[in-house]
Amino acid sequence: MPLSTAEQDAIYLTIALAGITTVLLLLIGTPLAWWLSRRRGTLPALVESLVAMPLILPPTVLGFYLLLLLAPDTALGQFWQALTGSQLAFSFSALVIGSVIYSLPFVVQPLQSAFQRIPQGLLQAAATLGASPAVQFRSVVVPMCRRSFLAAASLGFAHTVGEFGVVLMIGGNIPGETQVLSIALYDQVESLRFAEAHRLAAGLVMFSLALLFLLYRRGGRDSWRVTS
Amino acid sequence: MAGNELSNLALAIDIEGEQGFRLQLDCELPDTGITAIYGPSGSGKSTLLDCVAGLRRPQPGSRIHFRDESWQAGGQYLPPWERRVGYVFQDGRLFPHLDVRGNLAYALKRAGQAGPSLDTVVELLDLRELLPRATQALSAGQKQRVAIARALLSAPQLLLLDEPLANLDHAAIGELIPCLRRLASELALPMLYVSHDIEEVSQLADHLLLLEHGRATAQGPLLELCSRLDTRLSHEEQAAAIVLATVRQHDPDFGLTELDLEGYTLFVNQLPDSAGRQRRVRIPARDISVCRERPGQSSILNILPVKIAEIEESGAARIMLRLSLGSQHLLARITRKSATELGLSVGDAVFAQIKSAALLMEMAESS
Repeated sequence: MPLSTAEQDAIYLTIALAGITTVLLLLIGTPLAWWLSRRRGTLPALVESLVAMPLILPPTVLGFYLLLLLAPDTALGQFWQALTGSQLAFSFSALVIGSVIYSLPFVVQPLQSAFQRIPQGLLQAAATLGASPAVQFRSVVVPMCRRSFLAAASLGFAHTVGEFGVVLMIGGNIPGETQVLSIALYDQVESLRFAEAHRLAAGLVMFSLALLFLLYRRGGRDSWRVTS
Repeated sequence: MAGNELSNLALAIDIEGEQGFRLQLDCELPDTGITAIYGPSGSGKSTLLDCVAGLRRPQPGSRIHFRDESWQAGGQYLPPWERRVGYVFQDGRLFPHLDVRGNLAYALKRAGQAGPSLDTVVELLDLRELLPRATQALSAGQKQRVAIARALLSAPQLLLLDEPLANLDHAAIGELIPCLRRLASELALPMLYVSHDIEEVSQLADHLLLLEHGRATAQGPLLELCSRLDTRLSHEEQAAAIVLATVRQHDPDFGLTELDLEGYTLFVNQLPDSAGRQRRVRIPARDISVCRERPGQSSILNILPVKIAEIEESGAARIMLRLSLGSQHLLARITRKSATELGLSVGDAVFAQIKSAALLMEMAESS
């Protein structure tokens, strides 16, 4: 039994959403994680707490507030309308915004702990060898945290594929626009199409298992160590 | 602050550290040879190096000038990556994600201008066989050699070393000390060398800066400073004068080498040096005794006619003598009782007896 058009759309949409979200997460999460790894105090603690919120909040809470924020009568909603000519809520872009916020801790936390393990002394050594902070980051931090970047990207991607509550609240269920795999599966179960539901569910199980297995088999941590 | 010409290393540093510690000094240091920064732990030695490197930022009023460059003055502050310094840390700090070659290439790639070539440095530090190795597979001594090479390849104009030998065993130290002296002279690279080990300092340094509780208490040429009575050096248990002597000849039958010290003869345990080479000899103050008359028959080989230049009390029971021998000086620590009984006073001609064991501490060749 071949995949239906709706199912194919859902798969494509899910991959696009997770891919775009992962790229944005790395762009936002890397400087954020670096900042958090080098600072102590009230503000960093507050930011860290905010980043971690999606881990414990019901996704519907996040989705509800995002829905209010992105609605056409808000400043952001109107700005978007003026900029793109289309509504922000219930759009693919809304899904991206929601996914980035929802999956942020899965990218920031592994990166932050990897950055914290980089001894300050190595960066000082790099500085005396002529490396500016940007060069220090590129030539010391990034290569030393390669595995953590891979882990962060994988977790961010997988977690976006797996989200449901936020997507349902802010994306609705528009086939080809906002109907991702988890929603399509929900639809199939609702209408008692169990054979098709099995196919999607099993597919997601296999995908998640394979990704996590690959990740953990390579070792969760970066392989360097400092000896003295 | 002495003079305004910026032809050397001028430091006026004020920085607060942890627990009320404050480093405050104002001095000019030579921009040639090896300058040792010596003091007990907690005296601010590493903080001083960090300020020179730019890793720590002293108070706005601080000034750091090196030759014709200003690294800090007024509100202006040059970050470490723009200062032409090399820094050898006590713990090496090799990049763990790169092998030895990678660590060296890292420095070479970012060297602002032409410095010593990779081949030269690899040769000087004998690193050829280590190049493909992972840094984790190196011994402590090898790591420090790589760290020194890496610092050199960044083409520094000033090399900072923070107790680079502190974690090394005796053999590794014995290899690295002559190596550092060779680097200083062959590459004409000035060095600031932090240490709390006076023997290490005696072998390496040309110039000495004494630090205590965050203050510079004295500075000067090593040989001169070591034989002065007004610094903390002369109050240390291992106080010793350092003299320059020339190898005259070897006496293999007795396993001794005869040195020329200001025209007099000094016997030391046999050295591998050929005749004519100049050596530093460190003579601990506690290993010298004085007598009014030249002892007729003594097991002590080295008896030199000296003149008492200075006398200073050193604790309740002991006094320290500064003895001149030609243009050089020796230190002798004797009991106050002996000094009184001998009626010693400044200007007296006496004989210094040096236990030959004291000369086992034979030093690396002087530049």
